[in-house]
Amino acid sequence: MAVASPTRAFGASIRRREDPRLITGRGKFTDDIHLANAATAMFVRSPHGHARIVSIDTSAAAAHPGVLGVYTYQDVKGFISGMPCAWPTTNTGDTLKLATYPPLADGKVRFFGEAVALVVAVDPNTAADAVDLVQVEYDPLPAVVNNEAAVAPGAPLIHDSAPGNQAFRWSLVGGDTNGALAHADVRISQTLVNQRLIATPMETRCAVADYNPASGEVTVWVTSQNPHIHRLLIALSTGIPEHKIRVIAGDVGGGFGAKLPYYAGEALCIFASKELGVPVRWSESRSENYVATAHGRDHIQHIEVGATKEGKITALKVTAYASLGAYPSTAAPGVPTWLFGCIIQGPYDIPNNEVHVIGVYTNTTPTDAYRGAGRPEATYILERVIDLVAAKVGRDQVDVRRLNFVKKDQFPFKVANGTLTYDSGDYELALDQALHTVDYTHLRAWQEEQRAAGKLVGIGFSSYVEVCGLGPSSAANAMGFAGGLYDSATIRVHPTGKVTVFTGVHSHGQGHETSFAQIVARDLGVKVDDVDVIHGDTDKVQHGMGTYGSRSAPVGGGALRLAGMKIRAKAQKIAAHLLEVAEEDIEWVDDAFRVKGSPDKSKTIPDCAFAAYMAGNLPAGVTPILEEQHWYDPENFVYPFGTHICVVEVDRETGETHIKRYVAVDDCGEIINPMLRDGQVHGGIAQGIAQALWEEAVYDENGQLLSGSLMDYAIPKASVMPHLELGHTVTPSPHNPLGVKGIGEAGTIASTPAVVNAVMDALSPLGIHHIDMPLRPAKVWAAIDAASH
Amino acid sequence: MEENHVGITVEVNGRAHRSTVEPRTLLVDYLRDDLGLTGTHIGCDTGQCGACTVIVDGQSVKSCMVLAVQADGAHVRTVEGLAQDGRYHAVQQGFWEKHGLQCGFCTPGFMMQTVQILEDNPDPSDEEIRDALEGNLCRCTGYQNIVEAVKAAGATIRSGAETMAVGTGVGA
Repeated sequence: MAVASPTRAFGASIRRREDPRLITGRGKFTDDIHLANAATAMFVRSPHGHARIVSIDTSAAAAHPGVLGVYTYQDVKGFISGMPCAWPTTNTGDTLKLATYPPLADGKVRFFGEAVALVVAVDPNTAADAVDLVQVEYDPLPAVVNNEAAVAPGAPLIHDSAPGNQAFRWSLVGGDTNGALAHADVRISQTLVNQRLIATPMETRCAVADYNPASGEVTVWVTSQNPHIHRLLIALSTGIPEHKIRVIAGDVGGGFGAKLPYYAGEALCIFASKELGVPVRWSESRSENYVATAHGRDHIQHIEVGATKEGKITALKVTAYASLGAYPSTAAPGVPTWLFGCIIQGPYDIPNNEVHVIGVYTNTTPTDAYRGAGRPEATYILERVIDLVAAKVGRDQVDVRRLNFVKKDQFPFKVANGTLTYDSGDYELALDQALHTVDYTHLRAWQEEQRAAGKLVGIGFSSYVEVCGLGPSSAANAMGFAGGLYDSATIRVHPTGKVTVFTGVHSHGQGHETSFAQIVARDLGVKVDDVDVIHGDTDKVQHGMGTYGSRSAPVGGGALRLAGMKIRAKAQKIAAHLLEVAEEDIEWVDDAFRVKGSPDKSKTIPDCAFAAYMAGNLPAGVTPILEEQHWYDPENFVYPFGTHICVVEVDRETGETHIKRYVAVDDCGEIINPMLRDGQVHGGIAQGIAQALWEEAVYDENGQLLSGSLMDYAIPKASVMPHLELGHTVTPSPHNPLGVKGIGEAGTIASTPAVVNAVMDALSPLGIHHIDMPLRPAKVWAAIDAASH
Repeated sequence: MEENHVGITVEVNGRAHRSTVEPRTLLVDYLRDDLGLTGTHIGCDTGQCGACTVIVDGQSVKSCMVLAVQADGAHVRTVEGLAQDGRYHAVQQGFWEKHGLQCGFCTPGFMMQTVQILEDNPDPSDEEIRDALEGNLCRCTGYQNIVEAVKAAGATIRSGAETMAVGTGVGA
C-alpha cells in the first residue's frame, strides 16, 4: 500500500484541508445560503438603555409594499416566550434569580439595542425601510451600567423578579483565609476592573430557517459553535420536536464564545418561516452585532492578599461583582462563577483562598463566554497580585513566582477549595525556558541602562494554568450546566479504505478537518488525504456538545482516538483471519497488522475494510462493515500552563505602549499539528494584548453603547501587533487518550497580565503600581503626569 | 419598485454581466446577491474590516463603500477570479502554505489586498506589509502568519515559479 507517511502525519505541520475552499471563495458561510423565495428578517431595536414601552405602532410598516409581516412580543410569545438559560449555576443557595429573557421586549426595554419588533420583507432593502416605519413610543427610565452601582441601595430596578438587581451570590472557600490574613507579614488590598469586551468574530451572526409545513420539519442554518446544543434549546424553547429540527453550522467565521449562546434572532427566523411559509434569513450588521451578540468579561474585583515577608502568598480573598448584562444568556451564570472561581489560585500553592461572586443585572447587552471565559479574569488577578507582592517585599517578580509555584512533584495537585485536581505540570520548566529565550539577566541589565537614559521600559510576566477540555459530565452537572460534556466520534471506514469521520465538536477556524484527520490517519495507518472530517450538521452527526472551553482536541480528539482503537480491535480479528494466524500472533507495526516474526505478511486497515464489506470471509462472531463509534466522557479536565514574557517601552510624552518583545512558552501536552497550535496561540495572544491595551465596551450613564462599531471599538490591526516568539514544553495529560491539553484559550488567558505587568514595571520608577485596563495612551499619560507632579 | 432600478454592465472576473439594480445597492451586495459570488464577505458596516475588498479597474477597494452603479463599465476582480488555468494564484498558495487563515472569513479581502500590495511592491518588508494591511481586520491569526503569507506570495511571484494545481491535496 502506498501509505507514504501516515504515522508521521500526527505531529506534523501539514497544510489545512479546509483551506482550498476558503481561499477560492467557495466556503459556505451561513450568509452564503441563498434559498429561493427567502424573505429577510430585521429587527427594530431599542434606542434606550432602560425604558417603558408606551406603544408600538406597526401599521405603517405592515402596509409597506413588500412587507410580509411585522411582529411584537404579543405575536411571538405563543411560539417562544423566553430564551432558555442552560447554566443555572449551582452553589448559590437560594439567591439565584434567573430573570425571563423575552425574545422581543415585553413592555420594557432593558438594554440599548434590545429587539422590540420583528420585520419580515421580501428583500433586505424593503425590510430596512419597514424597520424605520415602526413607531415605538418609549418612557425612558434611569439606567444603571456599573456593576457595584447596580446593587447599591436606590439603584433603578431592572427586573421585578431580581430585587436589588442581584442575580446570585456564589462562594468557594478553601482553608482559613481570614485567619491567614490576620497573621500575614504583609497585606495588600487592590481593586481591579476587568473590563467588558466584545468578541468581534469577523463574521457577524446569521440564521436562515426553512420550515416545511407539510412535514413539520425545519432546517436552520446558523452561526453556531455547538449545533446540537442549538437544536436542543430550539426544541425546548419552541416545542418543535427535536427530531424534526436539523441545525447546520457550516463554515463559521470565528466564534470566541459569542456563537455559543442561543439567541432570539435565531428562534424568530424559525417563527417567521413557520408563520409565512417561506424561508427566512436574518443577517446581523456589525453595529447590530455589537449590541445584540453577547459581550464578555465585565468584573469589578476587590482583592485582599496576605504574604510572608519573603513573598510567599498565604491568603487570597476575592470579591467580584460580575455583570450578566440585562438578561441571563445561555451559559452566562456559569462563566463568572465556576469557570472563574475554581482556578483562583492558578499555578500557585495558596493554601487559604476564597472567592465571592455577586452576579448582577445591569442595563447592558447580556454577557456570556468570551475566549477564556472566567479564567482570564482569575489569571489577571493572580498575576497582578504576584507583582504587587513582589514590589511590596522587594523581590524580583520571577523569584516570587517560583516561590509560590506548585512544584512538579506535587501532581496530581488538589486546589485548596477542593474543586480541581491539576493533572500534570512543570511550571518552572516553562518559566525557565521563557527566561532563557529572553536572556533574562541581560534583559534586566539592559532595562537598567535604558532607565538610566530616562526611558520607561518594563518587563512583564504571566505564569498561568488553565482548566479546560470541558467535561467531565459529572462535574458539569454538579456545576449546574444543563448538559453532558462528553463528546462523540464515529469512524466509518469505507470498502475502499477511505474514511469518513463524524465529530460532535465544531470547527470555526480551529482546523479540525485537518488535525482530526491527523489523529485518525495515525491510528488507522492511512493517508490524511483519505480521511474526511464531518461536523456541524445535526442530521449527519448523531450528537455532540460543540466547541468551547478548549475542548475539541482533548474531548473530541480523545473520542476519535478511542473510536480508532475500536476500529483497530475489530480489524485485528479480520486481519488475523485473513492471514490465517491467531489474533495474538499479529501486531500493529508501521501502519499495518503484521505477523510476528514475519513482518512481510501483513494486512492494512483498507484490506480489512474490504473484507469486512465483502463479508463472506469473516471470522466467527465478527459483523459486516467497518464502522465504530465512541462516546468519550473524560475523567478530569485538562490543565495547560506556561509563562509569557512581554517587554515594553512606554512613551513618556504620549503614554503610548510599544511592545518590544513578546515571548510565549506554552505547554498543551502533545501537539497534533504545530502550525495550527501556533496559529491558535498567535490569535489568542492578539486578543489578550488587545484587552490590556485597547479594547473596552464603553457605556454612558444612560446605557448607550459608545463603542458601538468598529470605528469606536479598537480591535488590533496588523500594524500594532508585535512579532510573537513562541516556544513550548510538552507535559502530556496523563488521563487524556491523546495526552493533549487544549490550546485555544491559553494565549488570551496569559497575555493580558503579561502586558499590564510590563507596563506597570515600566512605570514603577514613578511610583505607579496599578492602572486599570485598557492601558490606552491618554490614561497612561495622565498617570505619568500625575505621578510627576 | 422596478421603476427605481437602473441598468449597469459590469465585467467580473472576465465575464460581462448586464443587470438592473436599485441605485442604493452596494457593490458587495450586487456581487453576492445578484451574481451569487459569495466569496466576497461583509464583516462590518463602516468600511473598517476590509472583508469585502475586491479589485476594481486595477485598484483594491472596499466593495461595501462603492455603489453597484459606480462600477458600471468597470472591470472587477474577486476572490473567485484569483485562480487561473487550474492553478492557484501565488497569494492563495501563500495563505495556504503559511496558515494565513483560520476561520477564513476575512481571507478573501486580505488576499485581494495582498494582490494589490504585491503589484505595488513585490518585495515588501514586514513593516510595509503590516502598514499596507491597515484596512483589513482579522480576529483569528494575530496577523503573524498573514505577514508570512504575503512574503511567501511575493517570493513566488518574484521567482516566477509555477503554483500548485487547484485540487491538489495536502500530500500527507
